[in-house]
Amino acid sequence: MLKIRQPTTRSPNEAAPRASRRGFLTGAAAAAGAIVIGFRLDLGKARAEGADLAAVKAQPNAFVRIGADDTVTVIVKHLDMGQGNTTGLATILADELDADWSTVRTEFAPADAALYNNLLMGPIQGTGGSTAVANSWMQLRKAGAAAREMLVAAAAFAWKVPVAEITVENGVVRHAGSNRQARFGELAASAASLPVPQEPRLKDPSQWRLIGQRVPRLDSKMKTDGSAVYALDTRRTGQVTAVIARAPRFGATVKGFDDAQARKVAGVIDVVAIPTGVAVIARDTWAAMKGREALKVTWDESAAESRSSDAILAEYRETAKRPGIVASERGDAGAGIKSAAQVLEAEFSFPYLAHAAMEPLNATIERAPDGTYDIYAGLQFQTIEQATAAAILGVTPDKVRLHTQWAGGSFGRRATPSADYIAEAAEILKASGAKAPVHLVWTREDDMTGGYYRPTVYHKIRAGLDAKGAVTGWQHVMVGKSIMIGSPFEAMLVKNGVDGTTVEGASDTAYALPAYRFEVHNAREGVPVLWWRSVGHTHTAHAMEVMIDELAHAAKVDPVAYRLSLLANAPRLSGALKLAAEKANWGNGQDKAGEKGRGLGVAVHESFGSYVAMVADVTAGTGSIKVNRIVAAVDVGIAVNPDIVRSQVEGAVGFALSSVLRNRVTLKDGVVQEKNFDAYEPTRMSEMPVVEVHIVPSQAAPTGIGEPGVPVLAPAISNAVFAATGQRLRALPLDLAGLKGV
Amino acid sequence: MVKLTVNGATHEVEADPDMPLLWVLRDRLDKTGTKYGCGIAQCGACTVHLDGQPARACQTRIGDVGDAQITTIEGVSGRVAEAVQGAWRKLDVVQCGYCQSGQIMSAIGLLSGNPKPTDADIDGAMDGNICRCGTYQRIRAAIHEAARSLA
Repeated sequence: MLKIRQPTTRSPNEAAPRASRRGFLTGAAAAAGAIVIGFRLDLGKARAEGADLAAVKAQPNAFVRIGADDTVTVIVKHLDMGQGNTTGLATILADELDADWSTVRTEFAPADAALYNNLLMGPIQGTGGSTAVANSWMQLRKAGAAAREMLVAAAAFAWKVPVAEITVENGVVRHAGSNRQARFGELAASAASLPVPQEPRLKDPSQWRLIGQRVPRLDSKMKTDGSAVYALDTRRTGQVTAVIARAPRFGATVKGFDDAQARKVAGVIDVVAIPTGVAVIARDTWAAMKGREALKVTWDESAAESRSSDAILAEYRETAKRPGIVASERGDAGAGIKSAAQVLEAEFSFPYLAHAAMEPLNATIERAPDGTYDIYAGLQFQTIEQATAAAILGVTPDKVRLHTQWAGGSFGRRATPSADYIAEAAEILKASGAKAPVHLVWTREDDMTGGYYRPTVYHKIRAGLDAKGAVTGWQHVMVGKSIMIGSPFEAMLVKNGVDGTTVEGASDTAYALPAYRFEVHNAREGVPVLWWRSVGHTHTAHAMEVMIDELAHAAKVDPVAYRLSLLANAPRLSGALKLAAEKANWGNGQDKAGEKGRGLGVAVHESFGSYVAMVADVTAGTGSIKVNRIVAAVDVGIAVNPDIVRSQVEGAVGFALSSVLRNRVTLKDGVVQEKNFDAYEPTRMSEMPVVEVHIVPSQAAPTGIGEPGVPVLAPAISNAVFAATGQRLRALPLDLAGLKGV
Repeated sequence: MVKLTVNGATHEVEADPDMPLLWVLRDRLDKTGTKYGCGIAQCGACTVHLDGQPARACQTRIGDVGDAQITTIEGVSGRVAEAVQGAWRKLDVVQCGYCQSGQIMSAIGLLSGNPKPTDADIDGAMDGNICRCGTYQRIRAAIHEAARSLA
């Protein structure tokens, strides 16, 4: 029998008493007699729009806790989804503190935007835009330095010696003159009672012992013995597991469902409707999945997106023929092209991409006996997640505690402006009467077909060259769905119809193009889109860097030299480019580009304040390519942990390669076709090129490296394929089926 | 009732023999070091050892395990395991780390039968283990490093 059902409105029962196994503050006892310190600063004042900078003041208890057992616990306000920021952030604080690295631990911060907001994001706690180290740099240095000064002051008082005569090294405070010393743990309690210095003296870079060194990752052991607890490993006492039957087409809603068979499946406990579908609640994941298979749902598809991705892209091509919103303009590009000796025209298309993090989306939510709530997940947008769950549950945000867990990747997917999967977990808890903690699991198929993709995008470029090969004009039209329009960030991040996260990397190109016009069309469609590791740069860098390469070849100028000639006013970009070219033996006759079917390609791009150049060495044959080697040069300012910087660039290559070679999410009549790793196959071991990463020495403040390795890979490879074969493969993924070997 | 021996301990599990070993380990026995990635033996995140041989737990029915000794990342031990885990830590292979239990179980399987694998051997043994963070270069280096330390 088919029945219409609304989410249940039973009064919530008291949940089972909370297990203390992973209670966030079980370390509270250890914190007794400990020093707690930290404060918020005005870093990023110019960029942190909306931050209430006047309210910034010293905030003890925010970033470091020193236990009587000498343990130094650094509080990490960001999600670590693999980018290694827990180690990097702890390094910054520990260095200024002069801590013994072997005693350093980390703990993820609770939700508290007042203490833990991202200083580059405004008044929001969240992780993204490769900002973790960049926004925390001075905040954590000052926190570490202030803690150190308090420990020194405590020792000076106890020993009745001048502060200036005290030294600190490796977690030990010493006074050489009186031959006295004490460990941090011995001083922590007395130091905690001292006033917090507001402007502690920071180290000179020559005094750094950890920053700039290869400090071992703090998470290596726990991630190699099975003990690291990811969100999907959350096990609350009495928890039930839920999976959701979602509509096959985006925008469809539940018309009705028949759960008679589902309820007969062993282990199924309940079936409830929520706004995004019908949730099957069971004693374990397997039973929930079996129950969902037996569930019959009918969908109202009257408002659903039912087009195919090919049709959407074809519409974009038509849209690009019409004038768009001018996102940036200098000079008269049309006149420049009209006066050109030769005009090149190229189009670039990009598919929807799934993030496909190894740990599928999931969240666990529990109601405490006092009517407050706890959420355990790979939380990436804490302020929004907390507020969203609170609104659903009918409480104020402070009644929802967040417990950020290790995340098995994200690549942007866990930070949604709608807090989508957190909202689902809250809805299920509410609809099920909050009888038991709910562990919501997205299966791989749910994760792959659930939307929030990197948008499909179309770029069309016309560029003119004069007789000497100099650019006379560049007209650029882009069509794609804005990530921000329609989100809570629209007012903040969309200016005059231009979404900066969509056009970044092209509308603000650093190339000295004398006449440049960039127009954008914001497509309207029903497919939910989201940032995907490096956001707009995933497509803008490819379009720009392939086109520049085409111009270089048309001008008969070496592609590195041609770029450098246009980057005279961009020293950090040209610095990275020169270093990569040098290390790759570019143009010096020692590379292997002379081999038949083999070629080198180059690309350089700035994203999130970091500058990355790559040279790809590719062997191209009929219908396939092999990427042999990638030589990368990166300028991230001060490399807090050079080994992690290198690992992020190596990983960016492995991550992005499959999107160059094959990955695409396609819709047929609105239904996503790729449901698992067989149809959407990430890079595998045998495909991984050798990656060499060189770091440009710098004294500039550190910027991020989680994302900036991604944008340059595709154009470097595409340009190498051209060098090897003379064929331009512009679309991503590369049209390898059309490639002819030489 | 199905009897399973996991990391040397015997468990009696009240479950359908069709239930995949993966979900029994994770949801019934709290052995969460073994990960769910795809459920269709495409990614290797769920790799465990059955009598010392790597197997995908997501495609292993508990009814088919029989008397086989099941070893998970939490229980793996011995000279090869120590060499592999040590090399992983020495080279800081991990990023998000979610796939690494499976990678390590596959690598131990490889080195147990082939103490000096070539790059081609590594490709063959490890191609079934996906790392979305792209740590393959370090995985390869760590396997060579472990082989050296075992030599």
